[in-house]
Amino acid sequence: MLNPISLAFLKAKKENRPALITYTVAGDSSKKQSLEILKSISNYADILEVGVPHNTPVADGGQIQSSAYRAIKNGIRMNDIFKIVKDFKKSKYSKPIILMGYYNMIYQHGENKFLKNCKRSGVNGLIVVDLPWPENKIFSNKCKKNSINFIQLLSPTTSNKRLKCITKDSHDMIYYISMLSTTGGKLKVSPKKILQNYNKIKNISPKKNCVIGFGITEKTISKFKNTDGLVVGSQICKEITRSLNNRQNPVINVSKMVYKLKKKIS
Amino acid sequence: MKLRKGIPVIDQGDKLGFWGGKFGGNFVPETLKKPIEDLEIQFNKLKEDKNFIRERNKYFKNWIGTPTRFIKLNKLTKHVGGAQIWSKVVSDANGGAHKIYNATVHCLLAKRSGKKVIIGDTGAGYAGKMLSMAAKKFGLKCKIFMGAKDIERQQPNVRAMKRNGADVIPVYSGSQTLVDAVSECMRYWVANCDTTAMCVGSTVGPAIFVRICGWSTSQISRELKTQLISEFGSIPKKLKLYNCVGGGSSSFGFWNEFMDYDKKQVEFIGVEAGGPSKSKKHAAPLTYGSKIGILHGAAQYVNQNSDGQIEETESISAGLDYPGISPLHCFLKDTKRARYTAASDEEALKAYKIVTKYEDLRPSLEPSHAFSVAIKEAKNLSKDTIVVINSCGDAYKDKKILEQKLGKKYA
Repeated sequence: MLNPISLAFLKAKKENRPALITYTVAGDSSKKQSLEILKSISNYADILEVGVPHNTPVADGGQIQSSAYRAIKNGIRMNDIFKIVKDFKKSKYSKPIILMGYYNMIYQHGENKFLKNCKRSGVNGLIVVDLPWPENKIFSNKCKKNSINFIQLLSPTTSNKRLKCITKDSHDMIYYISMLSTTGGKLKVSPKKILQNYNKIKNISPKKNCVIGFGITEKTISKFKNTDGLVVGSQICKEITRSLNNRQNPVINVSKMVYKLKKKIS
Repeated sequence: MKLRKGIPVIDQGDKLGFWGGKFGGNFVPETLKKPIEDLEIQFNKLKEDKNFIRERNKYFKNWIGTPTRFIKLNKLTKHVGGAQIWSKVVSDANGGAHKIYNATVHCLLAKRSGKKVIIGDTGAGYAGKMLSMAAKKFGLKCKIFMGAKDIERQQPNVRAMKRNGADVIPVYSGSQTLVDAVSECMRYWVANCDTTAMCVGSTVGPAIFVRICGWSTSQISRELKTQLISEFGSIPKKLKLYNCVGGGSSSFGFWNEFMDYDKKQVEFIGVEAGGPSKSKKHAAPLTYGSKIGILHGAAQYVNQNSDGQIEETESISAGLDYPGISPLHCFLKDTKRARYTAASDEEALKAYKIVTKYEDLRPSLEPSHAFSVAIKEAKNLSKDTIVVINSCGDAYKDKKILEQKLGKKYA
C-alpha cells in the first residue's frame, strides 16, 4: 500500500495539478488555534507541513521567524506539537503531515524516541533543515524503517554529483529550494530557470515526487502548474500575523488564502 | 576521546568535521554545502601554500603589528604575592584585539576567491570592527550583523565600523545579542552565498570556520612561544595560560602552540562568563555542565532547555555573551587538556579595578574575567610558576559600562 504522502501526490496527478503543500508553525498563535488552522486548511491543501518552532533558525526569513517566536512565547513544547498532530489526525487520518524543523529539537528528544512519537501521533514525513546529506544518512534510514518519509532538500547550489547521490538516498518525496534565499524571500530567479532545474532533477529521478518551495505565493504559484507539488509557507505565516494585528480571525483568513492558492493551480 | 600529538588540533576532526567524533560538524542548510565545500578546498590548499603564508605573515607583521608585547606585571605580582604574573598584550594589535587575525585571513581568502562583499557577526563589536578594517584594507564591501542590545552597549566599536565604511545591521530577533547576530549573518549568507563571503567572528559555526579562525589566532601562541624562550631560555617548567572563553577564538589561539606539552608543565585555564552573581543566567556552558546541542551549524555544549531551544545568556561582557562554545574547547575539555571555570560580572569588574590600579594596562571586560581567576589562583602558586594572562582586548569599548558600574575615574 502506498503511504499517505505518495497517495496525496497520486490524487493530485489524477486531477492534473500539482499537490498543494502548506506550511504553518505549530502553536502559532496558540496550540488551539494552530490546530484549528490545520483542520480548516486541510480542506484545500494536499499535504500539511507543520513547522517545529526553533529560536535560532539559520534558514528562516522574517515571516516564519515571527510565527515561530510567537509560538515559543506562548509556551509551545515538543510534546504539544505531537499532541496537535494527534488531535488533527483524529478527524483527518488520511491527510499527510510533515514536521519541519531543526535537528537540535530531534537530537534533544533522542532520535529513536522522536520517531516513536512521530509514529504514535501520525506524522508521515520529516524535513530537517540543517541535517543535509551525507550527515543525514543514518537518521534517514531510521526514518525509513519507521515508515516515515525523510524528505531530502536540494538547492540551486547542489552540484550534479551531489544531486545524484542525494536523490538516490531519498524516499518518495524531495524538496527543491527554488533560489538562494531564506524562506519568504521574493522570487529573484525566473520561473523558467527554476523549472529548468526542476526538470533536471526529474530527469535524474523521474519516480520521486519533487516539490518546489521558497518564493511561492498567490502571485507566483500559477507559473509552476506543471510540477509535482508546491509549498507555500511564508505567505501563510504573514497572513496569520496580519490577521492578528487587525484583530481578525486567522483561521478564516488563512483558509481563504489556501482556497485561492488551490484554485490557481487547479 | 583522545587528543593526538604532532597534528594541529584544527586538523584533528574526522571527514565530516567532528572533533572527538561528536563536536563540530556541518549542520547547515543544503544551500550552504557548496560554498562551505569551496571554502574548505581553498583553505586546505592555501594553508600549505608558502606564498600564501608569506602574504599572511607580511600583513600580520606590517599591518597588524606583530609581535604584540609580552610583559611582566611586576606591581601586580608583588601585590598578589605568589606566582609571577605576566601578560601577553594582544590588545596591542591593530584595532585593539585578537579579532584582527581572523578578519585579515578571511579577507585574504575572499579576495582570492573573487568575492566582492564580506559579511560578519559581532558581539562586543571587535570582530565587526576588525572585519570592517580588513575589508577596507583589501577593498571589499562589508556588512556587519550586530544585536540591537550590543549596539547600544558597545558604541565606540559601532562608530569605528561605520567610519570604516561598513553597514552595521541591527538584529532585533531573540535576545538581540551575539547569538542572534550569528543566526542573522548565516541567514544572509544562505541568501547571498554566490557573491558574498562570510566571516564567522570566532571559533564557532560550521567546521571550516572553526578551523580558519583557530589557524588565524594561533599567531598569538607562536609569538608567545618565541617570547618565552627569549625571556627564560626555554619553556618554563611551570607555565599557566589563562584566557577568557566566549566563542573561544583568543584562548584557542593563545594555547595552540603549546598543545603537545604535558599539562603538568603547560596548563590551560579557560575562564567563562558566569554572569551577574545573583542571576541564574550565564554564558558558561562548560563550567555549569550544559548538554551537547546544535548551535549555528556545530555540535557543542550549549545552554538550552530540554526541548532544544537555545537559552538566553547574561554577561557584562558582550564578547563572552554566547550560549555555546567552540567545538575545539568541548574537545579540549573532554580530553582534559584544558581546565574551565567561570568568573562572575562582579569578579571581572573587581579584577579590572585591581589590574588598572597596579599596572599600566586596561584589559577589556572579557580578559578581566581571566585576570580575576588568575589573580585568585596565583596567590597560592610558587614563585617559580609563570602565570600568563592573555589581555586580548582593550577597555576603551567598555567606557560606558565601566563608568556606570565603577564611576568616572575608571572609565
